[in-house]
Amino acid sequence: MNKSARIAGMLVGAAIVAAACSSGSASPSAAALIPVKLQLQWVPQAQFAGYYAALDQGYYTAAGLNVTVLSGGPDVNNLQVVASGGADLGVSWVPKTLQSREGGTDLVTVAQVFQRSGTRMVSFKDKSIVAPKDMAGKKIGSWLGGNEPELFAALTKAGLDPTKENVIKQNFDMVAFVQGDLDAAQAMIYNEYAQVLETKNPKTGALFTPADLNVMDFNDPSIGTAMLQDAIFARDTWLKQGSNADTATKFLTASFKGWIYCRDNPQKCADIVTKAGSQLGTSHQLWMMNEINALIWPSPNGIGQFDTTAWNQTVDIATKYGILKAAPSDGAYRTDLAQAALAALGSSVDTKGASFQKLTVTLNEGGK
Amino acid sequence: MTTSAAAGIVPPGLLAPAGGWSRRHPLLRQAVLLGGVLLLIAFAWEAAKWLAGDPWRIAIGGFTYTHTPPLAWRIASDISLPHLWTIVATLFDPVPGGPPLWLFLTGAAFYTLRTAFVGFAAGALLGLGLGIVFVHSRFLERALVPWVVGSQTVPIIAIAPIVVVALGASWISVAVVATYLTFFPVAIAAIRGLRAYDRRAGELMRSYAASTPQVLWKLRLPASVPYLFSALRVAAAASVVGTIVGELPSGIPEGLGRAVLNFTQYYVTAPERLWATVASCAMTGLVFVGLVRFAEAFLTRGRYRPAAV
Repeated sequence: MNKSARIAGMLVGAAIVAAACSSGSASPSAAALIPVKLQLQWVPQAQFAGYYAALDQGYYTAAGLNVTVLSGGPDVNNLQVVASGGADLGVSWVPKTLQSREGGTDLVTVAQVFQRSGTRMVSFKDKSIVAPKDMAGKKIGSWLGGNEPELFAALTKAGLDPTKENVIKQNFDMVAFVQGDLDAAQAMIYNEYAQVLETKNPKTGALFTPADLNVMDFNDPSIGTAMLQDAIFARDTWLKQGSNADTATKFLTASFKGWIYCRDNPQKCADIVTKAGSQLGTSHQLWMMNEINALIWPSPNGIGQFDTTAWNQTVDIATKYGILKAAPSDGAYRTDLAQAALAALGSSVDTKGASFQKLTVTLNEGGK
Repeated sequence: MTTSAAAGIVPPGLLAPAGGWSRRHPLLRQAVLLGGVLLLIAFAWEAAKWLAGDPWRIAIGGFTYTHTPPLAWRIASDISLPHLWTIVATLFDPVPGGPPLWLFLTGAAFYTLRTAFVGFAAGALLGLGLGIVFVHSRFLERALVPWVVGSQTVPIIAIAPIVVVALGASWISVAVVATYLTFFPVAIAAIRGLRAYDRRAGELMRSYAASTPQVLWKLRLPASVPYLFSALRVAAAASVVGTIVGELPSGIPEGLGRAVLNFTQYYVTAPERLWATVASCAMTGLVFVGLVRFAEAFLTRGRYRPAAV
């Protein structure tokens, strides 16, 4: 080997080391990535695992996107952030996006990730509340503030008048329920319900179990008042600018991939979310991941696709219970981007999860 | 008699009863006092639980202790008032994917303290500036002080989201919220303090044709120092509160605000974690107030002090 070849070899070696050290945002290709900001509706948790997985697994980067995930919280108005251009896309429950649109924003729902509602009404067995009609005269907890239409519709269907029933504003926790201030409480199956199972029954010193509880599911055909929840939305003006529609499609494709990854690797996804800064306990995080998967999978029309019946039911209930003054204007949702994203995934990927099976997750005290 | 003369000048409570070790070691005395009060609170806490809490079940190794309290008060239940040892034990539990809770909370407290300090400094300067303007202009004082007072009647939880929308979600917005809470006590104290100078000295300076800035710098400001420092201690505590409240609408994950939010939402499953966070919020405020006291002791050493404040 002559001298110049040796020097060339050293230079190549140095270049490789330099490239390895400057991976991530500092690499030259990062400049070519399209920046996209996603605004969540709550703090990092497995409810948003698909997006964190797409980040972690490099699906966004592979699609040419540099995605920043913005955390939400109780005082963060995710819809307002996107409407004012603080983020390009956001995650929200469908009725809330529609309400914002009625208020004058141009938000458009572009993908329906959750196919089912995660809301339940939970009560202790001794209250004997197994159907909506049993809530008559009871202390009924609800978060209100736009979280009540499923409950109100169920009460109405059961022949009760929600305005005459004893509906009590519930905090976003289960303290009042466990202390007996509420006979029935609103709970997300992936979060507050699990919290009850992570709590010690002070009388026995052991954790509460599913056998202690009655759970009403709004998806159950006998109740049938479920509304659409986590969906991806964007500003209409943003979507119509330049190649943003194409960017949105790439974003959806990579996000769908993330959700498919989480369906097949729930434990890995729970860990990814914890790494992203979620402070939930290990067993609680996995429980949430598992239940979120069950809200998405199976997706009969493919992940992220719209179901007109579910959409219309959401609009009907939202209109009837004052969330919306009138049915939304045309263009409140568009199906083309999610369809294109689904097509881009190709036929070799299982986008429907027809054979999806839930895990059995054991919850520990305090969610540890 | 020297002792009775001393007793006549110094208020009785200020002297230690017996001038032994506690007098020679004021810091040690303070620590013993604080520790004693802490023990008393702990005793009252657990006594309430023993009388009227949830059943006690303590198992250490082969030893088990059970006790069913005779009464049942809601305020003493395990959810309302967790056992002190569960609060201490949870400090050593690791945060998911992270360090033990105490270390996590210390990190969060430092983050919050940093923002609080910026807000505090800005608030102190703003408050002092307003005070200087007001003592020199009766017109501005009458026109603006009611607004300054009015600003403090608006709940901070209403102001914080507005600031965050206007300035963007970053630690700067949070510091502005802290500033909003801190400028007020400083401004009010500055108005009083800048007027609390010795009138005779003021007349003397004027007879030498001293300018307004000279009177301000040489007379008014030194006279205001004790007033300012009392206000700064209040402001230091308020800036920590303002920062924690401001962190919520900003969605800032690193500080104590997010810890409060998370542990509140999961309160029922682990009340001790919120209690531990509450304790660390209080500690953060105390540390900040302590720093201000330290600065006060350092800055006012051997300086001019008015006869009575």
